[in-house]
Amino acid sequence: MRVNTKSLLAAGAVAVIATLGLASCSAGDSGSEGEASSSGTLTVWVDAERVDALQAAADAYSEEKGVKVELVGKDNADIKDDFIQQVPTGKGPDITMGAHDWLGELSTNGVVAPIELGDSATDYLPVAIDASTYEGTVYMLPYAVENIAVLRNADLVPEAAASFDDMIAKGQAAGLAQPFVVEQGAEGNPYHLYPFQTAFGAPVFGSNDQGYDPTDLQLGNAGGEQFATWLGSQGKNGTGVFNTDVDGDIAKQSFLDGTAAFWLTGPWNVGAATDAGINVAIDTVPSPTAEAASPFAGVKGFFISSESKNKVAANDFLVNYLGTEDVQLELFEAGNVLPALSAAAETASEDPIVAGFAAVGAEAVPMPAIPAMGAVWQYWGIAEADIINGADPVATWQKLTADVQAAISK
Amino acid sequence: MSTTIDDEVTPETRPKPTKRQRRAANIADAASGGVKMLLLKLLLLGIVDAIAVYGVVILASAGQWLVAAIVAVVTVIVNWIYFSRRKLPAKYLAPGVIFLVIFQVFVLVYTGYIAFTNYGTGHNGSKEQAVSSLMASSLERVEDSPTYPVTVVDQGGTLGLLVTDPDGEASVGTNEQPLDEVDAEMEGGKAVAIDGWNTLSFADVIARTDEITELAVPFSDDPNDGALRTPDGSSAYLYLSNLEYDEAAGTMTNLDTGTVYSDLGTGAFTSDQGEELLPGWQIVVGFDNFVRAVTDERLAGPLIYVTLWTFAFALISVASTFFLGLFLAIVFNDMRMRGRKYYRVLMILPYAIPSFLSALVWAGMMNESFGFINQVLLGGASVPWLTDPVLAKVSVLIVNLWLGFPYMFLVCTGALQSIPDELQEAATVDGAKPWAVFRLIKLPLLLVSVAPLLIASFAFNFNNFNVIYMLTDGGPRDSNAPIPVGFTDILISMVYKVAFTGQTRDYGLASAYSIIIFIIVAVISVIAFRRTKSLEELN
Repeated sequence: MRVNTKSLLAAGAVAVIATLGLASCSAGDSGSEGEASSSGTLTVWVDAERVDALQAAADAYSEEKGVKVELVGKDNADIKDDFIQQVPTGKGPDITMGAHDWLGELSTNGVVAPIELGDSATDYLPVAIDASTYEGTVYMLPYAVENIAVLRNADLVPEAAASFDDMIAKGQAAGLAQPFVVEQGAEGNPYHLYPFQTAFGAPVFGSNDQGYDPTDLQLGNAGGEQFATWLGSQGKNGTGVFNTDVDGDIAKQSFLDGTAAFWLTGPWNVGAATDAGINVAIDTVPSPTAEAASPFAGVKGFFISSESKNKVAANDFLVNYLGTEDVQLELFEAGNVLPALSAAAETASEDPIVAGFAAVGAEAVPMPAIPAMGAVWQYWGIAEADIINGADPVATWQKLTADVQAAISK
Repeated sequence: MSTTIDDEVTPETRPKPTKRQRRAANIADAASGGVKMLLLKLLLLGIVDAIAVYGVVILASAGQWLVAAIVAVVTVIVNWIYFSRRKLPAKYLAPGVIFLVIFQVFVLVYTGYIAFTNYGTGHNGSKEQAVSSLMASSLERVEDSPTYPVTVVDQGGTLGLLVTDPDGEASVGTNEQPLDEVDAEMEGGKAVAIDGWNTLSFADVIARTDEITELAVPFSDDPNDGALRTPDGSSAYLYLSNLEYDEAAGTMTNLDTGTVYSDLGTGAFTSDQGEELLPGWQIVVGFDNFVRAVTDERLAGPLIYVTLWTFAFALISVASTFFLGLFLAIVFNDMRMRGRKYYRVLMILPYAIPSFLSALVWAGMMNESFGFINQVLLGGASVPWLTDPVLAKVSVLIVNLWLGFPYMFLVCTGALQSIPDELQEAATVDGAKPWAVFRLIKLPLLLVSVAPLLIASFAFNFNNFNVIYMLTDGGPRDSNAPIPVGFTDILISMVYKVAFTGQTRDYGLASAYSIIIFIIVAVISVIAFRRTKSLEELN
């Protein structure tokens, strides 16, 4: 009898769980649909690390306008795909936090609504507005601009370098064997090498009045081949400045140990350097040519769902509230990334480090957001890594261009 | 436990029960237990029903009628099964069947359905959503037009915009009525109220968001002057649309270039030149995905060696884990060994750690410059465990062996213990050597029970995405291949790279590939299962 009782219990429990499963699948779906449709509540997906920074602004907005703002902390890596999948079902949020390079994908999938910044557009840094614009329409309210720059150990090398060769010379004069480090890896890291590529006049795509033009691949132009040749000459079989064995951690360690005086990296690594007691100065990227070496700028911001039932409140919250100096500064304090609003950027630039990145950012170009860029990333790094490791620069670069072209036009 | 039988459940209530039926009924009654059990049963079913009712209400209010009906029907069936006294088999089967349907059948059917659609980047939602999204992004602000402060007003249910132009003049208009100058009550240079119209508060504006997003007040009688729209209820901008949607003809016309885009059944508005307007929408495309999957030229080269490596990976993984597991099972099955229990627990540990985690740990240990293996075990050697094409394959196999042998060890231990000792004794008495006993008696008997598991293990390893993705991500990259494929990529991880390259997500293609792979695995498994039948005949 014991056995029977037990199995009944077990069967009952299983039945409960099964039905729970059914009900929760379905109830979960419809539950979140309620979020989007109920008027007077804005659901905002936020990078989990920035929920606290935004909470005060959300509460203040709720109090002032009577619209409840519900912040949902999400893992940054999941936000984009979840947003694309959930918006068409009507179950997504009203607003999501994101990065400008998602824009092509979001727009191609029709999940974002245009945002009209009106006259306030001129209050933002130009690079932020460029990055928020896709095919001539603004889709994102920018809040931060991020780019890489050269961190210099001012105790080892007191003056900024005038050019790439000058940087190496200054570092060697200070007695360092490997004065400059930049994050690479077995598959390369084109994001960090891009400033040098632009210095040779080889952007990835040409641009027209609508922004980047996917039909105009500039990667393989004459400048690109010159860059490849230069990269090869600084690689394994040349000066050895670039090394694919140097990954992010090794680069960081060399700079912290003082064996490297220059480190090409982003604001996210400044904390580690200052904590290690290094006297850090921020320089523009020393160019190997006479042209400026412009890094990519990554712009962070907020998107409105095309299926939001609260577009009016969402627009009001973003444009008239998150676009104010106080809120932008609050977000700045949470992430220490330069605010996109000019006035807030100026206030934040009282910090010399932020000012240093802002100065480099003035030369930065937005990372292309067009879907074709995905094809470039697939092949770009591996080709650069091959060149650094001694492959024929021009031939490798031509194959890269051909592969990218084939992938774009497939 | 008491076995009290309630009055109403006595056999008399049924018409002429046979002996067998009576016995079955007794078992069922016993299973339903006493009053306590009945209460517990009622409680559990009550919880189930409560949740189901809640689910149905929510689903119905969200208009999900089909799912609501399914939940309702399933709940009724579950109640019927557990209150009935005759449905003993169903009581055991029902939960399993429900799980099977939710987690297996539904997923399979859905994957099959997706394989026949164009679901992916640019074909993400419905046609209505695509149209509204295209129309929204086609709005272009009229160049150099000012910002107009507006107040949303209402007259008999019709919304209008009370607009203050830059000269401070007020005018009002609706969707049908172009802007018309009026005398309005001004406040701080902005018209805020007007006779005959109700001014909407911000809360009212929010409540009528849908109408306000649709509100476009023509600037004048000439449609080419554009229309005023307000995104936030307090300022309006002058827009002109460069796309026109003709619902009757189902065409989109670009007003700037005059290009007509029509719905040719390809899931997007397409011009005569084949240019597509994205976003498009989801449609059923028949066998297109399968055709693309097998005719993709970029795949032709890599496909051969990836397929070979997939078979090699699956076969070697099964063989190596099986033989190591079997060897250890035999060793730890020896009565003469002390503390066998503890060794066995140690052996099972790799199985207890999630494979995601251990694959990542192995990836760290095998790092060329900093890995534990090179730095500590090999004293600073630089063996390119994961970056050399051949060594990477060996590394993947080693890690998969480590991950997989405990399972085989468990299975073989069980199977070995179920082989009667008398057989071995009889063979020994007959003068057989230990190796002969193992090869001729134990192994065949073992294979009878283990062979199906080996086939299952082959099927699992054939699609062992986790190990490849976590350990090498298919790398080192084959820089000569036209797709970003690597030397340790197996079919499923290559498919992942092909269908989800960069920003493009092609769920339709990915589903088609997984169905093709499923067919390959199914065919091999069916053949192998047929072969194992001959093993059973040995028995």
